[in-house]
Amino acid sequence: MMHLVLVGTSHHHAPVELREQVALEREDAQELAARLAADGREAACLSTCNRTELYLVAEDAAQAERDAVAALASLGPEVEPALYRLQDRAAAHHLFRVAAGLDSLVPGEGEILGQVRLAQELGTTGPLLDRIFRQALHAGRKVRAQTAIGESPASVSSAAAALAEQVFGSLESRSILLLGAGKVSEQAARNLRSRGAEIALVANSKTERERIGEELAGVDVVIASTNSPGLVLEAATVTGALRRRRGRRLVLVDLAVPRDLDPAIGELDGCYLYDIDDLEQIVAETLSGRRHEAERAESIVAAEAQKFHEWHASLDVVPAIASLRARAEEIREAELQKAESLLGRLDDSQRRAVEAVTAQIVNKLLHLPTVRMKQAAAAADGVLYAETVRHLFGLGEDER
Amino acid sequence: MAELLFWPALLLYGEAAVGYFGDLHRPGRAGRAATWGVRLGWLAQTALLAVQATRDDGFPWGTWASSLSLFVWLVVSAYLIWGCRRPYRLLGLVVMPLAVTLLVVARAGGGTGNGSASRYSTLFLVVHVGLVLAAFAGFTLAAALSGLYIWQERRLRTRPASILRRQMPALATLDSLALRTVAWSVPLLTLGAAVGLVRLLVRDDRLDALIAVTAATWLVWCAYLALRLLAGWTGRRAAYLALAGFVLVVVVRLALPATHFA
Repeated sequence: MMHLVLVGTSHHHAPVELREQVALEREDAQELAARLAADGREAACLSTCNRTELYLVAEDAAQAERDAVAALASLGPEVEPALYRLQDRAAAHHLFRVAAGLDSLVPGEGEILGQVRLAQELGTTGPLLDRIFRQALHAGRKVRAQTAIGESPASVSSAAAALAEQVFGSLESRSILLLGAGKVSEQAARNLRSRGAEIALVANSKTERERIGEELAGVDVVIASTNSPGLVLEAATVTGALRRRRGRRLVLVDLAVPRDLDPAIGELDGCYLYDIDDLEQIVAETLSGRRHEAERAESIVAAEAQKFHEWHASLDVVPAIASLRARAEEIREAELQKAESLLGRLDDSQRRAVEAVTAQIVNKLLHLPTVRMKQAAAAADGVLYAETVRHLFGLGEDER
Repeated sequence: MAELLFWPALLLYGEAAVGYFGDLHRPGRAGRAATWGVRLGWLAQTALLAVQATRDDGFPWGTWASSLSLFVWLVVSAYLIWGCRRPYRLLGLVVMPLAVTLLVVARAGGGTGNGSASRYSTLFLVVHVGLVLAAFAGFTLAAALSGLYIWQERRLRTRPASILRRQMPALATLDSLALRTVAWSVPLLTLGAAVGLVRLLVRDDRLDALIAVTAATWLVWCAYLALRLLAGWTGRRAAYLALAGFVLVVVVRLALPATHFA
């Protein structure tokens, strides 16, 4: 019986000082998986900024676990007390939760699905690990399709981009004006650019800011985050620009404290102004919505994990089922051989009918025992049933 | 038979209207149920109209009440083209209660049973009534889109923390959809009204109040198109103008028909 073993650590168990010791680059993760997969084992390494996890499939679960712990401890000895160790059903359930984003810092974040896929691609996988990763990815996609866990933004920058989309629809070819070039505004601009928008101008210096009035006529989104103690953009300047915009909408995002944009701009027709408080409240609200959706997602993940468990458990009885069917087929063919003197008188279509009827009888007789054995396997009685079937039908006695 | 088909259509439209209200409070299952209510209700009403068409000798929607039933079908058909998509579900809050109310009014006026023979020719009725009703269905939808625009714009301005919880169409999308719907509907009304006008002149009939208000409606929607395409009107102003145009559509459909169909 092959076991699934998981050893790893994550943001739930280890602070960043420990996590960074075991964080692996793509090539290192691939190499570690290949090293652990020696002796016919399967291995994959999932390494992100929030977690490093080793998944192994081996007959000797205890040895595989020791090897995985040693491998991570060799990267950072202090990490060992922060490692969690899971096996079989619990390990599979954990991977499914990870793929669904339920174990992430921000519930439902979408990046993890790609990282799980990468771990599978870089791993030294075989039938079992391949199957569990495929099923985990399926569970992750299903959770995102059937719940709203990943729909709403989880950061100030993505909230700003989502609001701009609420105004413009697609952000393809929309132009952005950046006032100041702080880290937050850079993130917001990056988020908008990833959705197709383009940066038209970065107004960092005082002289550049004096040109804002002219530039406002042509841009769609303004992101402000300067260190200026007073307002950088007055409502009167925007009013002047609106005349030249011919009704085009303008989204303004003020990420600065103290604020850069005159609050009166929000009252102007066609202008939509959001400050840092608005965005933070929206993020807090969407995160609470995500946590609510996480409850629904958990039940989807549990159902998918159960399916995997049933499949995994059925592997215990597969050899017995295969032997039983082979034995039955052997008997059927032998009996047909014995009856050759009678069957020889039949024409081809009659012979085919006899073949089909006998095959059908065998299949029908074996159908229920096969189903029952698989059910018993899922309920942990599989090995007992398999042994009983071997004993009753004398399977494998010739080899003994 | 027609009676048997009226009730499922009404019940399913009613279920959709309730479902959309449910979706407003808790997006998800109620919205999906409402969408199926619209689809199945539309199928039932289509069957109802088909039965009316096969039973009658001629155009069966020549009376005020029966034309109202056809109008409901046209509105729901136009809504079905894209209104059932998730971001547009809220549009159903306007369209489906309206459909239910008008269908009930149509039934009360005897418009969902078998029609009676009209003194007008079938071809004239098909062109005149068909085109005018299709245009009014378009205006109704444009008004619903404009209503949704005003609501969504208000939310974007008041900035509630829950603003991104519900998937809504973007302002630009709503604005352009309303414009496109009106751009299709105005030519339909122009053609339908022209056919009626020609007949009026040929038969030397008199103008009535409904014709006058229809002409005013046509002018308002033409002005809507002109202001949007030539003067660059967008957004809130255009949306309010569409709602004003819709008030005239309501007057034409509900308040004045007795003068015209008599």
